[in-house]
Amino acid sequence: MRIQGHKLSVTAQIGFVVIALNLVMAIFAPLIAPYDQTTVLGDAWSDPDAQHWLGLDNLGRDILSRLIYGARMSIGLALVITALSFCIGIITGFAAAVTGGWVDQALSRLVDLLLSMPTLIFAFVILSVLGSGLPVLIVTIAVLDSTKVFRLARSVAVGIVSLEFVEAARLRGEGWWWIITREILPNAIPPLTAEFGLRFCFTFLFIAALSFLGLGVQPPAADWGSMVKDYREMINFGSAAPLYPAAAIAILTIGVNFVVDWMLSIHSRGQGEGA
Amino acid sequence: MMQDAAKQPIVLDIRAMRVAVRTDAGDGPVLVDEVSLELRRGEVIGLIGESGAGKSTIGLASMGYTRRNCFIVGGQIVFAGTDLRAIDAEGRRALRGLKLAYIAQSAAASFNPAMTLMDQVCEAPVRHKVMTRAEAEAAAVQLFRELDLPNPETIGSRYPHQVSGGQLQRVMAAMAMVGKPEVIVFDEPTTALDVTTQVECLAAFRKLIHVHGAAALYITHDLAVVAQIADRIMVLRHGKMVEFGEARQILQEPREDYTRRLVRERTEGHTFIDAKSAGAVPILAVENVVADYVGKPRVIDDVSLEIFRGDTLAVVGESGSGKSTLARVVTGLLPRAAGDVRFNGMSLPPRLSNRTRDQLRRIQMIYQMPDVALNPQQTLLDVIGRPVSFYFKRSRKEVRERVLELLRHMDLPEHFIDRKTSELSGGQKQRVSIARALAAEPDLIICDEVTSALDQLVGEEILRLLKRLQDELGVAYMFITHDLGAVKRVANKVVVMLRGQMVASGGTASVFAPPYHPYTELLLSSVPEMRPDWLDEVLARRRAKAAA
Repeated sequence: MRIQGHKLSVTAQIGFVVIALNLVMAIFAPLIAPYDQTTVLGDAWSDPDAQHWLGLDNLGRDILSRLIYGARMSIGLALVITALSFCIGIITGFAAAVTGGWVDQALSRLVDLLLSMPTLIFAFVILSVLGSGLPVLIVTIAVLDSTKVFRLARSVAVGIVSLEFVEAARLRGEGWWWIITREILPNAIPPLTAEFGLRFCFTFLFIAALSFLGLGVQPPAADWGSMVKDYREMINFGSAAPLYPAAAIAILTIGVNFVVDWMLSIHSRGQGEGA
Repeated sequence: MMQDAAKQPIVLDIRAMRVAVRTDAGDGPVLVDEVSLELRRGEVIGLIGESGAGKSTIGLASMGYTRRNCFIVGGQIVFAGTDLRAIDAEGRRALRGLKLAYIAQSAAASFNPAMTLMDQVCEAPVRHKVMTRAEAEAAAVQLFRELDLPNPETIGSRYPHQVSGGQLQRVMAAMAMVGKPEVIVFDEPTTALDVTTQVECLAAFRKLIHVHGAAALYITHDLAVVAQIADRIMVLRHGKMVEFGEARQILQEPREDYTRRLVRERTEGHTFIDAKSAGAVPILAVENVVADYVGKPRVIDDVSLEIFRGDTLAVVGESGSGKSTLARVVTGLLPRAAGDVRFNGMSLPPRLSNRTRDQLRRIQMIYQMPDVALNPQQTLLDVIGRPVSFYFKRSRKEVRERVLELLRHMDLPEHFIDRKTSELSGGQKQRVSIARALAAEPDLIICDEVTSALDQLVGEEILRLLKRLQDELGVAYMFITHDLGAVKRVANKVVVMLRGQMVASGGTASVFAPPYHPYTELLLSSVPEMRPDWLDEVLARRRAKAAA
């Protein structure tokens, strides 16, 4: 298998399959899941049987169905947040690189300020004060994450801005919006795509962590982080219940990383010897 | 150079070598096709050709090395009785850097900036355990002395950024020589240097080869350079050998048509012209301009010049002389600190952002590196059409028609219009740059070293194209260059710059005729000529002058 003339490594193939399966699960959750995610179907912690492959949870809901719906919530949320953080990070990062001077200084120092605070603690404070509704959650994490995107976007753009075709556009009298969208962005896509995958992973893990601590996705909606939280006590009684959502988190993270590694390797292949 | 060449033993024997590209996507083009040569001890073979001719590939392959995705697919490379293809990578590595040495074009990019020169020069023999550190240092100092480097005893303790480009190139030669190699590959070692520095390096390299009796492959695109140093010359084109013979035969009686064209391009007699300028008011008048970067000494100091309609004014000087800075001041990228820049009689605002769209339109620029002057993600329609729609507010259909017209003007096929610029060759890209400049219908085009990144024959075509466009459109050029050959071909006026100041200016013929300014004379005498004795003559003349 190859994409755009580049051969897919074995790990990249595994990664793509994992991502595809997860996406299918997320998009078609209502069609795939055998039961609704919130319906109580029997006794709490019933053992797996033919109707309920993974058993029932603490409130008697189907664990498999919650896992499938959880994919929708966890992945969808991470995607939305990553996309938003990229919009913010790219626009501000490119603007800083193009305008330079005090705009660049102001934006860069603001980002330093945000980066100097531990993200999890910072998110705690915001979510505790403003409450943990979905919009607040999305905007908070996106803004915190955009600082890292800003750094990358700015450094990529600084490299492109120094090229002469950008100078030619400036000499023509083009405004900065044209320079950002037409001259820089098309040339910055490859490094930013790989970063998107990486940031998606971090965001996804971050949401899981927040949910585990009770500040992320709120019940009754299912999400993998909160499922680990709800089921964690059962590990003491020999039940595998908390392992399912935990494994789902691990598998998707590893899968995305496989693909990101492959993407980075095709952009920066070292010199080789071929005598 | 060598007299009894045939008696010396053969140190490197390349037989019917083929190098080809192989990627994941399948087999690519053949870069070197059935090339054979025998290199004897003490002999220098010049490999000459344009970019893509396979010169560097042969140079690297003769050490058993290829670039990424390239493979030696046929033939033999026999060094001192061993076929490099038959031994393993470890065996080749043991030879490289010690018995086989390589000198690259850009010394600045080849040195580790965080290590002293001595550490890097001594690295290979000490690593290969053929010398102790002390022995290597002694050998290095001896080489520094032979290479005429200043302060040979102490220069080794400096870092790469603390010496000049020409000195660094010679230190690299010392690094190659310290392991007493039998074969040295010189890969365009003087191409990135100024002409006056090139003479020093050439003389040092020649002395080194002579003293140590090493054999060398000398790769260059400049016939006049190879004429000074090579015993035999191989002319290459598209990976194939075109002609191979004694240096004098190739230079004086080339047999193949391609070689003849290369020789003619270099020897053709151009005389400096002194044409009259037209019009009463200059298009561009630079008056006593001073410019500097924040916290740095003045980059240009009190420069004045005038360009009239139909003029080509050449700004000549070495790197660091301030000629590109002058262009930045004229375009407004670098606001001037003092003086005035008048365009058609009107003073131009110093800062780019304060200039009107019409003022911007009238001054256009063409760059040195066509690869980075055009956005690789845009099509020719985007690149050339943008100035048309930006300055003249035309409809999409009109823009397309205008772009097609410009492509025809540049002798580019019309179907290129929807291609991306990254799909074009260097010469084609430079034509697109010219088309982009002309699309704005400017009065003045600033050409910043527009031919120096191109092959000779391609550069020649670009110069002819610029000349033709000037005759048709009457546009004026400010032509920034270090190549006096290009000045001869296109310019009627010239400004010679040295460390930010003008040392001479006026009609080209009068500036380049006696009595010269001493620096002008140095520049003129440093341009290599095709005669194999040229370097000896220049060095003899300079010694005589220094003695007097």
